[in-house]
Amino acid sequence: MEIINAFALIINYIIIPGLTYGCQLALGALGVTIIYTVLRFSNFAHGELMSFGAMTSILITWIISYFGISIFPLPTIILALPISILITISYCLLIDKYCFQYHRKKNSKNVISLIVSIGVMFFTSGLIRVLIGPNDRTINDGERFIISARKFKEITGLTEGISLKLSQSITIIVSIIAVAFLFWFLNKTKTGKSMRAYSDNKDLALLSGIKTENVIFYTWLITGTLACIAGTLYGLDKSYKPFTYLQLVLPIFAAAIVGGIGNPIGAIIGGFVISFSELLITFSYNKFLSYLIPINFLPEGSLQILSTDYKIAISFIILVLVLILKPTGIYKGKLL
Amino acid sequence: MLLDVREIICGYENTIIVDGCNFSVKKGDIACIVGPNGAGKSTAMKAIFGLIPIKSGQIIFNNEDITSLNPQERVIKGMSFVPQNNNIFQEMSVEENLEMGAFIHQTSMKENLKNVYNLFPILNEKKSQIAGELSGGQRQQLAVGRALMTNPVLLMLDEPSAGVSPIVMKDLFTKLKAISKMGTSILVVEQNAKQALEISNLGFVLQNGKNKYSDTGKALLQNPEVRVSFLGG
Repeated sequence: MEIINAFALIINYIIIPGLTYGCQLALGALGVTIIYTVLRFSNFAHGELMSFGAMTSILITWIISYFGISIFPLPTIILALPISILITISYCLLIDKYCFQYHRKKNSKNVISLIVSIGVMFFTSGLIRVLIGPNDRTINDGERFIISARKFKEITGLTEGISLKLSQSITIIVSIIAVAFLFWFLNKTKTGKSMRAYSDNKDLALLSGIKTENVIFYTWLITGTLACIAGTLYGLDKSYKPFTYLQLVLPIFAAAIVGGIGNPIGAIIGGFVISFSELLITFSYNKFLSYLIPINFLPEGSLQILSTDYKIAISFIILVLVLILKPTGIYKGKLL
Repeated sequence: MLLDVREIICGYENTIIVDGCNFSVKKGDIACIVGPNGAGKSTAMKAIFGLIPIKSGQIIFNNEDITSLNPQERVIKGMSFVPQNNNIFQEMSVEENLEMGAFIHQTSMKENLKNVYNLFPILNEKKSQIAGELSGGQRQQLAVGRALMTNPVLLMLDEPSAGVSPIVMKDLFTKLKAISKMGTSILVVEQNAKQALEISNLGFVLQNGKNKYSDTGKALLQNPEVRVSFLGG
């Protein structure tokens, strides 16, 4: 019984949140990876694009709720998602047209596009604060739990409960659908293959008649979709605070690099590596051990490796370690 | 005359590399451009395909002036080019490479794919393998196969034998002959002048960016001057 309780604790505090957070990071890292492989620059504005997507989702949810439409027990924001995806894509295409296109035409060095992306990041974050303000907003108006901890305890008779939030299962399901769709698109469709060809060998792609403009259009289409989904899911799971997305850029880049930059599968693996490391390192093992070893032997204190305040630092440490020890990442990616 | 290149002058920035050259390819022929290192062979080839702008001169293809067209438009007109380096999509499978070759020629893709597989059976065997894992000779076959997927009228190759073994090279030249018999004209730039001239109907010897000799392949091989200065006696 004690062992089962220990496992329930791990599932509740590490496995389920880890999977959810991992999915959010993986979707973000995929967006970064797609831009990096096709347009050859690190898009630091990606976090803010996610925030932009989440913001449009909220604004549209407000409009939808105004008309009294709801799909309870699911949160209304699911209805808003398709429209906000379209708006995010349009925003991506606009910034490409007015910011990135100029340097692409001029054949500027990739690092210039990277700096432009930092400018876009600041602009977007400013725009978001003007449009929706810096406040914290809860956007989950659906059912909160699929299984609450208390109910789980009643059913199983365990002392530790496992709770599964609706937002967590939505995150995982939507991520699986988005990733499956992305891989189908890249590997099976003519357009997806032409994007891979373009990122593999640009000159030969041009010789084969693949048009740069089309490839770039589809790249932003995918990036905008992924950013909007990832941002909305993150806001749904936690709550929407514009400034958190700035902090999200670091774990996202860490995920993309750890997995092997330029490799979509690597980006997903990297997302989970980062999310589980963050949780495992900041988890307090005191209670977990109390189920496994006699109470007299239990060390004092919370048995945390690092306090949760250092959460962001963990992805930074992993990033540095990977760059020193295995610069190509877990899956062999392109060198930065 | 399928391709007629008249007095082209081109180069990079301020240096002129190809200085008033003439080339021509007849339908169903193999023509080759040979010459010492730095003669401007590859530059001339790139200019003919539109990868480098020309300063003056004229390129006539199929009785049409294509001087001002970009490479993609020339592909649509029926030209196809195999670059010397980076001529395959390394991270994609063999079949995907060929599909990308047919990107603008979707209608007859199945048929072209069958033709390429007939010509290079090894590609059929390895069609789901990642192209970057192929051997040098197989890569070269894949590169030629990719270029053939557009069903071109004129196939242009930039030093196809660079970096492959003599046996592979011989095999490749045999294939080129087969391709030309099937009705595709070929223009090839070669370092290995002797072997290239042996399969060519027409040969152009370049030196310092100028036409030095132009004649049939056989005649050039027998020309004592050409033999001494370019073919090593």
